[in-house]
Formats: sequence, C-alpha cells, structure tokens
Amino acid sequence: MSTTNVQDDSQNRPARNRAGQDVTGELTRASAGILPAHLADATVDESSLKRFLAGLPGVDPVGLEQRSAGLATRSIKRASKLQAIDLAISMVDLTTLEGADTPGKVKSLAAKARRPDPDVPETPTVAAVCVYPDMVATAAAALAGTDIGIASVATAFPSGRSSLQIKIADTKLAIDAGATEVDMVIDRGAFLSGNVGKVFDEIATIKGVCGDTRLKVILETGELGTYDNVRKASWLALLAGGDFIKTSTGKISPAATLPVTQLMLTAVRDWFDETGELRAVKPAGGIRNTKDAIRYLVMVHEVAGPQWLDPFLFRFGASSLLNDLLMQRRTQLSGHYSGPNYVTVD
Amino acid sequence: MSDRIAVAKTYKLFVGGAFPRSESGRTYQVTTAEGAFLANAAQGSRKDARDAVGAARKAFGSWSNATAYNRGQVIYRIAEMMEARRAQFVELVAESEGIKASKAQVAVDTAIDRIVHFAGWTDKIAAVFGGANPVAGPFFSFSTPEPTGVVAVIAPEEDSLLGLISVVLPAIVSGNAVVVIASQSRPVPAVTFAEVLATSDLPGGVVNIITGSAAEIAPWLASHGDVNALELTGAEPELRTALEQAAAGTVKRVHYSHGTPDFFGDPGTARMRAFLETKTVWHPTGAVSLSGGGSY
Repeated sequence: MSTTNVQDDSQNRPARNRAGQDVTGELTRASAGILPAHLADATVDESSLKRFLAGLPGVDPVGLEQRSAGLATRSIKRASKLQAIDLAISMVDLTTLEGADTPGKVKSLAAKARRPDPDVPETPTVAAVCVYPDMVATAAAALAGTDIGIASVATAFPSGRSSLQIKIADTKLAIDAGATEVDMVIDRGAFLSGNVGKVFDEIATIKGVCGDTRLKVILETGELGTYDNVRKASWLALLAGGDFIKTSTGKISPAATLPVTQLMLTAVRDWFDETGELRAVKPAGGIRNTKDAIRYLVMVHEVAGPQWLDPFLFRFGASSLLNDLLMQRRTQLSGHYSGPNYVTVD
Repeated sequence: MSDRIAVAKTYKLFVGGAFPRSESGRTYQVTTAEGAFLANAAQGSRKDARDAVGAARKAFGSWSNATAYNRGQVIYRIAEMMEARRAQFVELVAESEGIKASKAQVAVDTAIDRIVHFAGWTDKIAAVFGGANPVAGPFFSFSTPEPTGVVAVIAPEEDSLLGLISVVLPAIVSGNAVVVIASQSRPVPAVTFAEVLATSDLPGGVVNIITGSAAEIAPWLASHGDVNALELTGAEPELRTALEQAAAGTVKRVHYSHGTPDFFGDPGTARMRAFLETKTVWHPTGAVSLSGGGSY
C-alpha cells in the first residue's frame, strides 16, 4: 500500500473515531487516515481493536531468539565498524532520568551531546538528550542553536500510573518548555488487564497534544511478560499514532533485548509494507557497549531494512553507551586501546 | 602402572578470577626442559589482553580501597595456599626448568617466603614511603603513597615461579591490579599459581595471568590507554625498547631491573616504589606567628 492523499481519505474511509473520543484524539485519527481498510477497521471500536490484536500471529519464541542470536554473531570490522560506531553515536538519545538530576548535570550532558569527544571534534553529535519534563528548559537553553533534539519523558513516567488529565498536563509541560520529542509510557496495568481501548485512547490523546512533536511510546516490554504481548502492544502503539515504539523506561530489568527489538522492528516493517509509513524504533536500557550497539544495527538492517539505519528511524536510549562508543572510536582511529580516563565522566 | 595413560592437562588463562580459554581458541604444547610433552597451554591473544585489562580495572577500585591490613591478610593467605601445594610446585618447577628437585625446592620455598615478605609490607608502605613534610609556612603537609593503577607485567622467561612472584607481588602489595604475561616456554608453574590465587581470598581480577607470546601480546598492553605502568624485567632487550617507546604515547610508568636480576637475593623496595604515586596534602594550620616564636 503506497502513501495516498490524506485529503480525499475522508470520503472512502469509515469514521474511525470511537464514540466519546475527545478532539485531540480525532486529530491523530485524521493523520492516520492513510490506513488500509483492515487496519482502519481495527480502530473503529474497542472490540474490533481487541479482535485485531487477537488476530495477530503468535510469536515463536525459539525461532525469534535463535534468529536474534544468529544475527548477533555477525562480525563487523575496520572501516565498517568505524562507520557503524559513527552511526550509533548519531542515534544515541543521551539520557539522564534520575531523581538526583540537577541543572548542572543536565547542562554537562548537553555539552557532551554537542561535542561528545572534544579531542576529536569531527565525532558526530548525538540525536537527542532525554530528560524529565522539569529539566527540558535547562536542556533547551544549553542546546540552543544545534539540531540536537530535546526528548522529554512524560505521562507520569516511569509507571504511567496517573489520570489522563495529569498525563496531558505533563506532556504539555514538556512541550511548552521546548521538548521536540516526547517519550510517553503506556498504562501496562490497563494493557495486561485487557483494557486495550484505554491504552489506545491515551496514546492517541497524547499524540493529539503533541501535534508535530514526535511521540515515542514506551511499551515497557519487561513488564508485558510475553513476546505475544510485545507484538500486540507494538501494533497498538502504531495504530494509535505513535511515531516511535520504544522498548523500556530503563527503570526495570530486563530492559531492551535483541529479541524484543527484533519483534518491534518486524512490526514497523510490516506497518511500512501495509501503509507506506515509516515509523521508528528505540531500544532503551541495558545497551552498554559498542558490541551490543552494533548487534542492534545489524538487526535493524536485516529485519527492518537499510532505510532504518537513520537516526530519524532508530535510536538508542542510553547513557553509558556513548562513552564506550567514543572509546571504541578512538581505538579504531589510534590503533591502540583507549581507556575511561580519556572520555568524560557522567 | 606402565599401562596407564597419563591425563595431560590443558591449562587456561586466568582473567577476572575465572579460567577462560583464549578468545582466539589457540593452544600450544609445553614441554619439559628435556623436550618431553608436559601440558597444553592457552595461547593468549590481543583480545585476551584487552579483557584482562578490563578485569584488572574493575578489580582495582575495591583492591586499592581495601585496608592495608586486609591486603596483608589476603596476600598471606596466598602463601598459606601455596604452602599446601608445595610438593606439586617443586615437581612442576623441576620439570619445567630441568633442574634437580632439591634446587626446585629452594626456588619454591623462596617464592613462598617472598609472598610472606610482601604480605608484611602492605601496612608499612605508607609509613616508610610517606610521612609529614617539614614546610616553611602555616601548613601541615604530609605525603601518602597511592597505587598507580593497572600494571602490565612481563614475567621472566627462565625463572618460572620465583621470577613471576618477584615481579607480580610488589605491584599488588600497594593496591595495584596486574595483568601478567607468563613465561612462554615455562608457563605451567604460573598457571598453577593461578589456581592458588583462585582458591585464596584475592579478589578476582587483581592478578590476571595470560600465557602465550609476550612479543605478540605485550605491545597491545604497552599502548593501552587504560594501563598505567609496565614492569618489563622479563622482556628481551629489543622488545623492552619497543615497549618503552609504545608506552610513551600514553605516559606510563616503566620499571625493569638493570642487569640480570637475582631473585634469590634481597628483593628490596625499588619495584614496590615504582608503582606508587605520591599524594601530598597541605592543610592550613593558622597564621604564622609574627614574632617567629612558634607560639601555636
């Protein structure tokens, strides 16, 4: 299905708004008006959404894990490795999400985002910094004049346990302060109890609040329990208008894993094949070294496609990963091993 | 008994308190001095050295922060464990070096005594090499020695056990962590020493033992950004020069014995001092008395 004109969509598509949907929700639905019929039908009401999610093929865990493990054995060396490192650096969402975050810490993180390796100025900059909403203004000021994104978690991160009003206010707080990307969490409790309509509405509503600001939907796969649930949640987030699907908050273990990321990449690939829309994936948490990062890149290339090897469509949510990437980059350039004394402490 | 097939051992590396195979999967045959097959040893590679440095760096924090008293106890424990396996070491040293058992016995006993000697040094280093400095000002100034960090060691090729212990122990006494390349032709006493370390209380990663070619592995350690010092007593002169040059790029401390080292003689303190950094603290004590009368 190729991309079709959004304008004339209203004539031949059934209304996808569920009864009682608020206005911000409708906006999202309108922008998702390019859906093919069977996907559009899925969003008509909660029962059809449930039917659609139940109809998704089950995941074969053994096959999935085997393929992930197989892809992880690829060896990337020399020029390709350097290229992969540079690409990985440019995909990093440099993250600090601690209760102990101070304006000073956020400023130093922003400085690192602008110039990751001051000794080697040609090192690419990271894609974005990721902070709590109250730190967005600090980050925005520190990153003024750059094209580095300012991502903010919102919607009662990391648990998502609050009312929709609070979540909307949280999102607005972040966007008003200058966030260019919003990372929302889904209500895992609602999802696990089968209340997928609530999850859908929340995502759609928050997307409506975001408008053009890109929305990352955190599934928190570590709490979903099964691969089948990850697949369902991925499709749910895509149907509801999430620009990104993101694995984890980084607050619980397991966070991002290769098999889970593979499932999500499969989902965005299928979404592209059916709608012509490119959606993005962000594994976050637990990716600490270059070797892991390159494994993810191999998987992006093999599962989603080379098109996704782009910071617009794939990100790493990480903090310590960047230092390892920089050390490996130095090792590649200088021909000898580098050490943590040569990169900034964070 | 002549029908029995001897169980030949395949030794592995000692990295981070574990016994991994070489990442390269290579092994080489170790023979006795007479040329008879003795054992298989892992032939370490560049990546094994890298992993060992990582393990050493990880262990350095807690080992250097342990109290001197505790480090002394742990090192004494190594001597205890070695004493229990004295006969085995005598046999291995005799076979490896082609010397008589009586001579090997002396080498092993000296090695164990050396460990006890260095165990006693842990809580004396700060007193002997640090102290209060007389300064002309209203300050209390004192210096205290601190470990350098990760020390890469090339063990002597000939003296397989006493030589190894004489170059490794002085570094760990003060809290350094060590990556040591064992004698290539006589690695068996070194890897058996690793088994002693693994069963003593030494935290994993404080001593990492790699077997294989020093010429192949050592340059990667010498240029490694996370290695702070080199002990090159065991390196051939040409290799030593090349390693010293490589070490200059990352400003490492380099130490080696000039001339032929006598490991049976007094171990001295030079090797311990080589891997110490001196921290000096100036603490204000108040105004200088104008009368010069020292009226504090």
